[in-house]
Amino acid sequence: MAEVKQAAKGPAEAVKQQKMATRQAYGKALVEIGAENKNLVVMDADLSKSTMTAEFAKAYPDRFFNMGIAEQNLYAAACGLALSGKVVCASTFAMFAAGRAFEIIRNSIGYTHANVKICATHAGITVGEDGASHQTFEDIALMRTIPGMVVVNPSDGASAEALLKQVIEMNGPAYVRLGRAAVPMFYDEAAASELKLGKGSCIRQGNDLTIIATGIMVNEAMMAAEELASEGIEARVIDMHTIKPLDEEIIVRAARETGAIVTCEEHSVIGGLGSAVAEVVVKKFPVRMAMVGQQDTFGESGKPDELKAKYKMTAADIVCAALVAVENPA
Amino acid sequence: MDFKQYEEISARLRVDIVKAVHKAGSGHPGGSLSAADIVTALYFKEMNIDPKNPDMDDRDKFILSKGHAGPVQYAALAERGYFPVEELWSLRKLGSRLQGHPNRDKVPGIEMSTGSLGQGFAVSVGMAMAARMDGKKSRTYVLLGDGELQEGLIWEAAMAASHYKLDNLCAIVDWNGLQIDGKNDDVMTVKPIDEKFKAFGFNVLVIDGHNFEEIFAAFDAARECKEKPTAIVAKTNKGRGVSFMEDNPGWHGKAPGEDEARQAVSELGGEW
Repeated sequence: MAEVKQAAKGPAEAVKQQKMATRQAYGKALVEIGAENKNLVVMDADLSKSTMTAEFAKAYPDRFFNMGIAEQNLYAAACGLALSGKVVCASTFAMFAAGRAFEIIRNSIGYTHANVKICATHAGITVGEDGASHQTFEDIALMRTIPGMVVVNPSDGASAEALLKQVIEMNGPAYVRLGRAAVPMFYDEAAASELKLGKGSCIRQGNDLTIIATGIMVNEAMMAAEELASEGIEARVIDMHTIKPLDEEIIVRAARETGAIVTCEEHSVIGGLGSAVAEVVVKKFPVRMAMVGQQDTFGESGKPDELKAKYKMTAADIVCAALVAVENPA
Repeated sequence: MDFKQYEEISARLRVDIVKAVHKAGSGHPGGSLSAADIVTALYFKEMNIDPKNPDMDDRDKFILSKGHAGPVQYAALAERGYFPVEELWSLRKLGSRLQGHPNRDKVPGIEMSTGSLGQGFAVSVGMAMAARMDGKKSRTYVLLGDGELQEGLIWEAAMAASHYKLDNLCAIVDWNGLQIDGKNDDVMTVKPIDEKFKAFGFNVLVIDGHNFEEIFAAFDAARECKEKPTAIVAKTNKGRGVSFMEDNPGWHGKAPGEDEARQAVSELGGEW
């Protein structure tokens, strides 16, 4: 696979090789933010060593609550703390946050606009060996249907930290999707600091098509773009780290200027980023689209890279989708 | 001690409930009437609240976890001066602040939007935790239905309230024994309610939920209990005060017609 080249706002050569899971960046950022923001409360449901909230718990034990294996109560109690003036980051695995606690998040947190940040880790296929029961592909779809819910899916450690800070500064509910597996550090600190909640980030210029990716698929999208470049196709790449509110302007511009869009997500192709982008494209500027993501099927146990390959969420799959989109214009 | 004034207030609340649900054409009279004495005791004596300053710091909080009994909370807020009594007649109508289930954004004095059972209790646990963190005197009162105890979330929240020793939290169970489909005992047994809460680490008091002397004594005991949350299991009658509604599950979620409403108001000593 082609080496990732310097992007527009680009990853510095030095940091490019490092790897870090977005959940690790989350744990580290919480401790930093907690030093300044005494109003920050962190809660967990017996997974603090996996979600990385354990670091906050160690640093500020009086502002951390373990609620046990009870995700519904985790989010309802978080709501009570938030409505009493706290800003709360409440973490568990994405399956049990967005899935099991959905209706509590909808009715208690969403309906009251409570200042709860649902920081959900272990999302998607890269959970790996734990298998289908723990691999959620539905969370973005569920969360983005809740009125007022901000939905964020960072692509790497630096962007996770930068976006988390913005999510904590805003008032109201947000869903932050984080991963288990270590992924390449894509942004350096300076580039990450330019990211803005609600604004897609164009990380590679090109006019033949646009690849809109979110989360850990951004790195795959950049590798795909280099592969396509070797075949003479220049792809624009957008890191759509915020899925709601969605940056409609950058999508419409991409449709108008490049004529084809491929979306990439470690999430079901039903209801996620692909659907969100399509909702804009069909209304504002219809162009040919393709969607890379989990098809309508459950996952299974395996190594993250093996699973990404089997379930067609790699750079090679993006290249295939891009060629189809480019060769069959609308 | 004379409790006549509280009995008069709860009778007014019951008249308001019947009229409001009748005018709305839908709603939940049975479980509103069963809770009227408990809610009167909270809003008119027990709680430190100020209708002129609904967001007062250190105020006590009331969460109606059985949100379908919204009419009893609305009636209490109106009679306490949070908004005009006449506004009760807008219940459930388009554009009204008085939604079918309480909404905290719209009505001063409503601490939590409820309606989906179990959640109000769990949110009140978080509120009690926050009050503790901030060293506030504020106490949190939460009213649960007995059928609501069938929700798993109730027991997650109960476990947490006890684990975190939330002695500033007081749950009251409106134990009228009935739910939409019939008796709790036939639909899904919730007994023994007192033993369940005891097993979860609560200070438990079983009282007659229509006897003000017992209600106030229970609140006093709850305040004095340290290191444990309190659950007051209050035996009540669904539809209390209206002969044809009492202990009849058919009046869980049905509005009285005009003749029925007139009769109910008359039985409650109110004016039409």
